[in-house]
Amino acid sequence: MKKKNLLQRAIIIAVVTLLGIYIVIGPRRKPRLSDFTWSGIKATLASNIRLGLDLKGGSHLVMRVKTDEFLKKLTEGNALAIQPAARDAGYSPNDVKWEATSGNYKILLEAADPSKFGEIEEAVKKKVDLTDWTSSNSGNTITWTLTPTAQRALAEQATEQAKRIIESRLDAVGVAEPLVQRHGALSSHQILVQMPGIQDPERVKELLKGESRLELVHVVSPPSPASAQTYATKEEAEASLGGTVPNNRRVLEYAERTEPTTAGQPAPATDKPKQWVVVEWPPVVDGSELRNASATQSQGGSSDYQIAFSFKPTGAEKFGTWTGANINQYMGVVLNNEVKSIAFIKSQIFDQGEISGRFTKDSADDLALTLRSGALPAPIEYQEERTVGPSLGADSIRSGVRASVFGLLFVVLFMLFYYRGSGVNAVVALLLNMILMLAALIVFGATLTLPGIAGMILTIGMAVDSNVLIFERIREELLTGKTIPSAVEQGFQRAIVTIIDTHVTTIISSLFLFVFGTGPLRGFAVTLVLGLVINLFSAVYVSRTIFMWQLGRKRRLETLSI
Amino acid sequence: MIQVFKSINFDWLGRRRLFIGISVFLMLAGLGSAMFRQLKNPDGAFNLGVDFKGGTVVTTKFNRPTTAEAIRETLARQGLADATIQGVTDRSDTFLIKLPLEGAAGEQSQTEVELGRKRVRDALNTIGPEREAYEILGTEAVGAVAGAQLRNKAIAVTLAALVGMLVYIAFRFEWTYGAAAVIAVFHDVLVTLGFFSIFQWEVSLTVIAALLTLVGASVNDTIVVFDRVRENRRLHRRDSLYKITNDSINQTLSRTVITQGLIILSVLAMVIFGGDVLRGFSLALLIGTIVGTYSSIAVASPIMVWWEQRIEAANKAAALGAAPVTTRSPRAGSSKVKAEPLSARAEKHPRGAV
Repeated sequence: MKKKNLLQRAIIIAVVTLLGIYIVIGPRRKPRLSDFTWSGIKATLASNIRLGLDLKGGSHLVMRVKTDEFLKKLTEGNALAIQPAARDAGYSPNDVKWEATSGNYKILLEAADPSKFGEIEEAVKKKVDLTDWTSSNSGNTITWTLTPTAQRALAEQATEQAKRIIESRLDAVGVAEPLVQRHGALSSHQILVQMPGIQDPERVKELLKGESRLELVHVVSPPSPASAQTYATKEEAEASLGGTVPNNRRVLEYAERTEPTTAGQPAPATDKPKQWVVVEWPPVVDGSELRNASATQSQGGSSDYQIAFSFKPTGAEKFGTWTGANINQYMGVVLNNEVKSIAFIKSQIFDQGEISGRFTKDSADDLALTLRSGALPAPIEYQEERTVGPSLGADSIRSGVRASVFGLLFVVLFMLFYYRGSGVNAVVALLLNMILMLAALIVFGATLTLPGIAGMILTIGMAVDSNVLIFERIREELLTGKTIPSAVEQGFQRAIVTIIDTHVTTIISSLFLFVFGTGPLRGFAVTLVLGLVINLFSAVYVSRTIFMWQLGRKRRLETLSI
Repeated sequence: MIQVFKSINFDWLGRRRLFIGISVFLMLAGLGSAMFRQLKNPDGAFNLGVDFKGGTVVTTKFNRPTTAEAIRETLARQGLADATIQGVTDRSDTFLIKLPLEGAAGEQSQTEVELGRKRVRDALNTIGPEREAYEILGTEAVGAVAGAQLRNKAIAVTLAALVGMLVYIAFRFEWTYGAAAVIAVFHDVLVTLGFFSIFQWEVSLTVIAALLTLVGASVNDTIVVFDRVRENRRLHRRDSLYKITNDSINQTLSRTVITQGLIILSVLAMVIFGGDVLRGFSLALLIGTIVGTYSSIAVASPIMVWWEQRIEAANKAAALGAAPVTTRSPRAGSSKVKAEPLSARAEKHPRGAV
């Protein structure tokens, strides 16, 4: 009975050990003979363990989507759409106002006749999507409010959309194995981007950040052949509107033929002084109607690049109708709130257009790429940026491994010296723990980071503690005059209570770290939890089995080397 | 067999006044340093790293011999007078260039995160082209908002972990044991942070990880003693808690010395060989482990004994007054519910004198 029990234990341990060793150093394909040479083992080890950016090198970016700006834009857009919608339905509202401060988004419509409110609301609803808004009436105003719940939901949508756009941009620019995920609490609207191997993220950062908001607008100007109406200062432009800018007009900067700042290059001095133009708002069509955009070389042998774009059918229809009705009027191409070019409409255009400007090939390519991936719903800001060069990472691996090896070596020597024969027992358990910990990291696909290595070193300490607890207890039991088998039995039984208590408390605190912690805290918690769970197997089960085997070999063991 | 201690019999609890004195002194020293520095400089209590304060760190390797002073001058000439330069101890050619966040939080944080690296690079380009004269090995840039977030999160996680452990110990032992262990851990964290304030070592995210580890390790060590107390109370029902606790500390002493000694030595290996990246982490761990070992004997045990004795005394008084007021849940061992006569040794120390 006892023999069978021992055999069973030995088989379990052998299987787990061999499996662990194979997971760590075995290749993930059909093994070849060369895999079992020293360099082959090193290579497979390196490909099996997923290293964190701090060890492998790369960039780590945390950005926040400015969702308040998204909500602001949404409020503004809806408010601007409500007025014509009401007017088209035959009601003439006095005024449409809106409020858009953080946490408070409202659209107010004033009408002379409160009895028509119901009809106005119905009419507006048909043209403007107001499903997320709640309306209320008081006096002679209808108010549409965005409830906090709706705000949260919309902000969440915007963040998810931004995440998808960032993913597609990373994909388009060819970053290898990028990681894009939400970061921190959902309400923080943060996105984490990790790019292994990228040391200088400047260009990618600009690319991801590019809002790429494209709008085609009607420029307020006398028609061609008169030249387009521009103003030298913002004040002049506003004065032409009577001092205040009404809701359906915008004063925008017109930076004619200057290169947009992209990709780490400073903007060249503008050849012409900046000008200002007045445009009609809302735009005729915007970037959401784009079907394609690409960089093309300007005609006439110039080295400048421009961006050609085309619209989806719905956009093309809108654009066609409008251009048809506005021959000889001036149209402006607005990119990120800046007028890039102004041209008069010669004939009806449906789905083609171009953004001219003095782009270099790179900047035109980047811009076309961001236009294709769609505009970000809201601007983003970078909150955290970490880059690690490969040499720094390799350095960290070296010192981490060196510290672990020294720690381990020291512990092994001490255990062998102090506990003699039983020390071997502890050393076997320790080594097994290390192997299984690496295997567990690989199986769970966890990432090994520098704090993770620290967690492993700590696990060595905890693993030794279990053995020391057991051995000291066995010694104590021996001193009270017990026989060797019963001392071992008692020692394990007593010590295990303590071992479980200590392990559970540490696992509890590590779990908090893992669930609520970020970055380095998590990497640390992962290895510590894995190490502790494995330790219950290696230090208790395996160690016990070795003792059982030692005791079973001789009928009457006179002395125990402990 | 080789033994560290042969049947030791030391009266640990008898020294509690000395121990508490040492602990109070260490905590006051740290607190004093933090307060003094805070008064001198509103952000000066701790040398917070970019993780918590925000700012930019650029790790740069110089291919021609240079000094921190020379780099500082180069940067100052390019308008980066507020940069601090710190050498890396294990490599003489590598320096950390640190830029603080400019201005208050808000929009500023964004430009800072994006510009820090660029500004350093622009300034360094005046001494020679990148890769030839210098190489940027790594950068870290954290905005003010993210820094505050990381800081608050670290504090919240630490407190949550402490509560988690308190609940577990209360469940396995008594709530007095849990409270005593948690007070001892608090003591460890405060003393360790005190060292970081006194010596102005940098507090980064990894230091917080170290503090959390030491929270676990210190509770660990306390539990080993408490487990023994629980067991001995069952075995020796006649003995006072005072004697039992002393005996338990003595019985587990060789384990304490061996284990904690080994942990301290392997952490020492980390301090020596772990390189600069791990330095803050390993220093915190080293001090924390030493303090944690001390506190399970010198802080947790006396508090637990004092508290339990007070409760016993209260129960006894209630029993004498024939008013069965308090009944404690006899979870871990019912023996302690019966008020036992305090031993002669304990009698000499009046209850509640700790």
